[in-house]
Amino acid sequence: MDLLTIGQIINTTLVFATALIFASLGGIFSEKSGVTNLGLEGFMVFGAFAAGIAAHYAQEAGMGGTTSAWMGILFAVVLGVVVSLIHAVASITFKADQIISGIVINFLAAGSTLYLVKLLFEGSGDSPLVQGFSKFDVPLLKDIPLLGEAFFKNVYPTTYLAILFVFLTYYIMYKTPFGLRLRSVGEHPSAADTVGVKVRRYRYVGVMISGALAAIGGAAITLTTTGTFSHNTVSGQGYIAIAAMIFGKWNPIGAFGAAVFFGFSQAIRNYVQLFEWSQSIPQEIIYMLPYLLTIIVLVAAVGRSSAPSALGEPYDPGKR
Amino acid sequence: MNNVLKWFTRDSFILPIVAIIMGLILGGIVMLIGGYNPIEAYSALFTKVFGDMYNFGEAVREMTPLIMTGLAFAFAARAGLFNIGGEGQFLVGMTAATFVGVKFTGLPIYIHAPLALIAGAVFGGLWAAIAGYLKAARGVNEVISSIMLNWIGLYLANLIVRQFLLLKGENRSVDISDTASISLTWLSELMGNSRVHMGTLIALVMAVLFYIYMWKTKQGYEIRAVGYNPNAAEYAGMHVNRNIVKAMFISGMLAGLGGAFQVLGVFQYQTVMSGSPGTGFDGIAVALIGLNHPFGVLLGALLFGTLTYGSAGMSFAADVPPEIIRIVIGSIIFFIAAQGIVRWVLKPFYSKRKKEKVL
Repeated sequence: MDLLTIGQIINTTLVFATALIFASLGGIFSEKSGVTNLGLEGFMVFGAFAAGIAAHYAQEAGMGGTTSAWMGILFAVVLGVVVSLIHAVASITFKADQIISGIVINFLAAGSTLYLVKLLFEGSGDSPLVQGFSKFDVPLLKDIPLLGEAFFKNVYPTTYLAILFVFLTYYIMYKTPFGLRLRSVGEHPSAADTVGVKVRRYRYVGVMISGALAAIGGAAITLTTTGTFSHNTVSGQGYIAIAAMIFGKWNPIGAFGAAVFFGFSQAIRNYVQLFEWSQSIPQEIIYMLPYLLTIIVLVAAVGRSSAPSALGEPYDPGKR
Repeated sequence: MNNVLKWFTRDSFILPIVAIIMGLILGGIVMLIGGYNPIEAYSALFTKVFGDMYNFGEAVREMTPLIMTGLAFAFAARAGLFNIGGEGQFLVGMTAATFVGVKFTGLPIYIHAPLALIAGAVFGGLWAAIAGYLKAARGVNEVISSIMLNWIGLYLANLIVRQFLLLKGENRSVDISDTASISLTWLSELMGNSRVHMGTLIALVMAVLFYIYMWKTKQGYEIRAVGYNPNAAEYAGMHVNRNIVKAMFISGMLAGLGGAFQVLGVFQYQTVMSGSPGTGFDGIAVALIGLNHPFGVLLGALLFGTLTYGSAGMSFAADVPPEIIRIVIGSIIFFIAAQGIVRWVLKPFYSKRKKEKVL
């Protein structure tokens, strides 16, 4: 296998990982504040939907491809935040089971986005094709052998944005007072309350950021790989993002690594026919491999979970 | 008589009913916003399901696997486990049943069909037990391991069908032997030649067995104790880890059996699938609507099945996109989960009842 192919595989890996990075970072914000978020899939669906229709109407209104794509991202953020409030109100204010409330988001997403798409586009199950983000080359850097092919040629802006957000999340979470408070309400809410941290307010913010980021993840799929929103645009990636978050031990850098790992497993499918040794292996085994590896790694290395200690528990000030 | 009245006024009865009504109303509002007539849509929905025998039978067929995956989720939930892997267990059960149904020939029907069912149940159970074992022995979160097992199960099912059972030139397995079929001709004829099958009766029996096991036996008591408080259960001398594996195994058995029903009762073969069928995930919703109680699951499956199957009629007769039903189901679960909202709506009624008592 030559360097060119390796470079291309890395490139494709990053494209597939982009959505997962956003969504798993979103999951971290919510869960660090103590709110389980099984609704990542739903938020991604809402984001993919919002991006598809916003970019379409922006293009209709005469905006260029890239501008309309950014409008798509913006609208995805807005919708992500709005629907995240459903999860927040149910699980924080009304103390509903957070797992159930997350599942509700997934149900509502699957139903309402398709309903709206059919309503808006006369019964069609797909949103119209949009231009989305175009790939670009970074001048000079693209000529570096291997690295240029992998990181600086045919790249989408969303991929860079995702990597930027990894470091941003790390910084916010571990270097700012906001991050400290957010983590404290997830670890020990009553202690945080005692020192004057508004537990519920911080949890609301955590869930809202979560909704926004996961929605950007969904939007990234529509605006780069598919160009249109349909019922299978997201198809289970939100669940993989949850796995990436847990796999990465709720740490942004770890989640990034896990997301890249899953991205690689998706990318490798496109290239598997290139290797001679793989011809005789049934494709299902190759498809299975990343999930199998995840389990093996979990058993061997990760061991006992390192979830925030108040994760999943509604905060009740009267029950100290 | 008084007991019956008391049962009907209990919170566990009133709250889900009000949640269902609120979900239907919310769905109606969404239809109104979309420019549809909700009354027309809902009546089309119910006419589709209850209008004739054939459609009613098909709706019952649709409900049957949902009962099984719903029971599966509820059983694990009683042990404090979140079995999101119903999907994979369903597929593995389906494949095991197909394998036995196709490969084991020359057996009489009263051995072959039960054997295929048992194979489906056992392999579904083993599939879930992997997640249970990993949780018990290594502390691996069962949510993530069962998500992974869902995907592995999907590809494993496809692999087995393609390698061992493929019908030449088609993307599906060869048909199972007639001796493995659980179709019931008399029931099917009674129900307008719909594809109803013995699985429905087995599912009802399973719900009853679930109830007896969980609330009337020592083993069931242990599982519930572990679910309520594993530390206390451990202190009381129960084997928490063993109960976790056991609960997952039984949970997976129920889901696997549901998968077996689909092959042996409905399709008679298995296709190579591009994505998982979703029955396992829908079972989570069914269990949540049924508050993780076996009889609640039956009602949940009835509601879920009616709404889903009927939504086709709704879109045919009233031209309403059937996806609206997902919104209705989602909001029903939402209101059941966030009981605070329902209580708040019911507040005026509650305070009235209290006053009566004072008088």
